[in-house]
Amino acid sequence: MYSYTEFDKEFINERNKQFRAQVERRIDGSLTEDEFKPLRLMNGLYLQLHAYMLRVAIPYGTLNGGQMRQLALIAEKFDKGYGHFTTRQNIQFNWPKLRDVPDILDALAEVEMHAIQTSGNCVRNVTADHFAGAASDEIEDPRPTAELLRQWSTDHPEFAFLGRKFKIAVTGSETDRAVTKAHDIGLRMVRNGDGDAGYEVIVGGGLGRTPMIGKVLREFLLVEDLLPYVESVLQVYNRLGRRDNKYKARIKITVHENGIETIRELVEKRFVAQRAAFGGNDQKLFAQIKEAFATPAYLTAPLDGFVELQNKDASFRSFVDTNLSEHKNPEYSIMTISIKAHGQTPGDATADQLRVMAGIAEDFAHNELRISHEQNVILPHVHKSNLPEIYARLREAGLATANIGLISDIIACPGMDYCALATARSIPVAQQIATRFDELKLEHDIGALKIKISGCINACGHHHVGHIGILGLDRAGVENYQITLGGDHTETAAIGERAGPGFAYDEIVPAIERLIYTYLDIRSDENEVFLETYRRVGLEPFKAALYPEQQIAAE
Amino acid sequence: MAKKFTPKVLTANDLLSGDVIYWNDNGDWVDAFEDALYLDTEKLAFHVLRLAQKQGLDKVGLYLADAELGDDDKPRPAHFREDFRATGPSNYHHGKQAELA
Ligand code: SF4
Repeated sequence: MYSYTEFDKEFINERNKQFRAQVERRIDGSLTEDEFKPLRLMNGLYLQLHAYMLRVAIPYGTLNGGQMRQLALIAEKFDKGYGHFTTRQNIQFNWPKLRDVPDILDALAEVEMHAIQTSGNCVRNVTADHFAGAASDEIEDPRPTAELLRQWSTDHPEFAFLGRKFKIAVTGSETDRAVTKAHDIGLRMVRNGDGDAGYEVIVGGGLGRTPMIGKVLREFLLVEDLLPYVESVLQVYNRLGRRDNKYKARIKITVHENGIETIRELVEKRFVAQRAAFGGNDQKLFAQIKEAFATPAYLTAPLDGFVELQNKDASFRSFVDTNLSEHKNPEYSIMTISIKAHGQTPGDATADQLRVMAGIAEDFAHNELRISHEQNVILPHVHKSNLPEIYARLREAGLATANIGLISDIIACPGMDYCALATARSIPVAQQIATRFDELKLEHDIGALKIKISGCINACGHHHVGHIGILGLDRAGVENYQITLGGDHTETAAIGERAGPGFAYDEIVPAIERLIYTYLDIRSDENEVFLETYRRVGLEPFKAALYPEQQIAAE
Repeated sequence: MAKKFTPKVLTANDLLSGDVIYWNDNGDWVDAFEDALYLDTEKLAFHVLRLAQKQGLDKVGLYLADAELGDDDKPRPAHFREDFRATGPSNYHHGKQAELA
C-alpha cells in the first residue's frame, strides 16, 4: 500500500492546522456562515438533516487494519459508535460536533487519511475496482494509476474550481467492477493488438438528473500517457463546460452538446502539447508509486481444515459459495464481507465490527481491506486455509451474512433519514426488502440481482444502473417510489427503463415482490438471472405484474 | 400568482452541535417542534426570520418550515421532511427522538 511521504504528511498537517484555525474563527464569530461554509466543505464537513456529517476519503477504497481501527475509534469517541460506507468508497460519520472536527481530522492524519476533496467542484476521491491487485481476471493493478491521479489532482490549482464536481474511476481488468461508464472519466484496462496494457478512456458518463452512459473517447491509451491525457480532458472541459446552469455543468452535458468527435479532436490536440510539457516527471513518480503496490508475500499451506469444514457445515458452504471470488493465486480467495445483514442499514458498521475486520486483516489477510462501491468490505487476499477461523470471527461479530450479489445486497444512499437533499427515505425500503426476502427464504433461488435505491434524483444510490432501481420522490408531500428495470453497472452498462407510475411507501415492497415472482415464473431456467430474463422478454410482463389493476381495466 | 401563505415555524441548526432548533415565543431557540412559535401570518413569519437573522452568528441555515396545528393546539410539521428533522432518523433511535424522550 502507498505510504505518505514527508511532503504528504506536511501537506495534510498544514491543511488541518488551517482548518482548526478556521473553525475557531467561526466559533468566535470572526467568520460568518457564508464565509465558513466553503471552507468546511473543502474539508468534507457538511450540514445535514439532523447534524453535521463528515465525509472521509478512502482513496480507491483501500485501507489497512490500523486505518480501520482508527475509523472505529473516531466512530466511538466522536460519533454514535458507527460509520457509514458509501457508493463513493468513502466513510461518513453522521453525528460529529463542530468543535471535535479538527481533532477528528488530526486523528485521521495519524493514519494517513483525510477528508480533502470529498466535496466541492474539484476532482473528487478517485475510485477503483475493489478487487484490484487480487482479481484473477486482472491485467494490471489499477491502484498505482488511481494514486497517481490522486496526487496529481490534490490541490491542483487549475482544477480547484471546475464548473462542477468531477469523478474518475479506474478498473484494472476488462470486467468493470468500478462502474466506469457512469463517471466523468472512466478508465478501463484493456490490451491492444500487440498485447500491451493500456486504458480505454470513457468520458461523459454520469447518473443524477440526466443519466448518461459514458462514451469511448479513446479506445487505447498507453498507461504512461495517462496523466497528460486526463489533464487534457480536464482542460477541454474547464474551457467548454457550462457555468450558467448547475444542472448542465457536468462533462456529460459538455460531451452531449459538443459531440464526442469535437471533444476528441480538442483533447487530442491539447494532449500533444501536454505530453511534451510533462517531460517524463510523471513517469518517475509513477514508478515509485508502483513499488508501493507490490504483491504481498503469498503463503502456501495445506487446505485440509478448509475442505473439512466445507464438507460438514452447510452455512459455511453457503458463505463460501456466495461471498468468495476467484483470486489470481489459486490458494487464495477474495472475500466480500457483507455490510448488509438482513434488516440492517446498508453500509453501516459499528466500531466493534470495524475492529473485528481490522483484526482479521492484520492476522490473516496481509493487512489489507477494501471498501466497495456496493457498500461492502473486501479482504482481497485470504489464504483458503484461514477461511474457517475468519468465518468464525465474522459470525461472532454479525458479519457472516451470505448474501453477496443477491437480492438483499442492496445499495441504498442515506436518503431522508440523513441527507438534506433527499426527497424520500431509502434505508427503510432496503431494510424491508431484505427482511421480506429473507423471510420468504427465496434469495438464493432468485440468484444474482442488484437492487439500488436513491433518495433523490442525484442518484448516489446508483438506481439507474440497478437491475431493479428504486428512486424515492416527494409527490405532493408524500413519499413515492419509482421503479426502473434493466439497468446494468458493468462493462455492458445500461440505464434502467422506467416501469410506470410510482408506488407509495407501504406499496413498494409488495411491488418488488410481484416483480420477483414474475421473474421466477418466466425465467427460462434457474440459470437465467433477472437481468437476462429482462433482456429477453422486455418490460411488458413486469409491467403487468406491477400494475395488475390496469391489466384488468384494459381487458 | 404568488403562492398562498401557509403557517410556518422558524427553524435552524445549532452551530456547535448541528442540532435542529426552533424559535419560540420568548425569542429563544428550543429543541422541540411543538414548542416553536406558530407563525400564522406572512408578516409575522418574515419579521421573526429577519429578527433572528440579525441576532448572533451561532445558528446556521435559518428558514421557515411549513407547520400546522395539532389537536393539542401545538404546532407540528406539515411535511414529512420536517417530521424527520423533528424526530430523527428512522433506522436508529438517534437524534431528537432519543434526546427529547
Ligand atoms: S441520492 Fe439524494 S438523498 Fe441520496 S444521498 Fe444522494 S443527494 Fe442524498
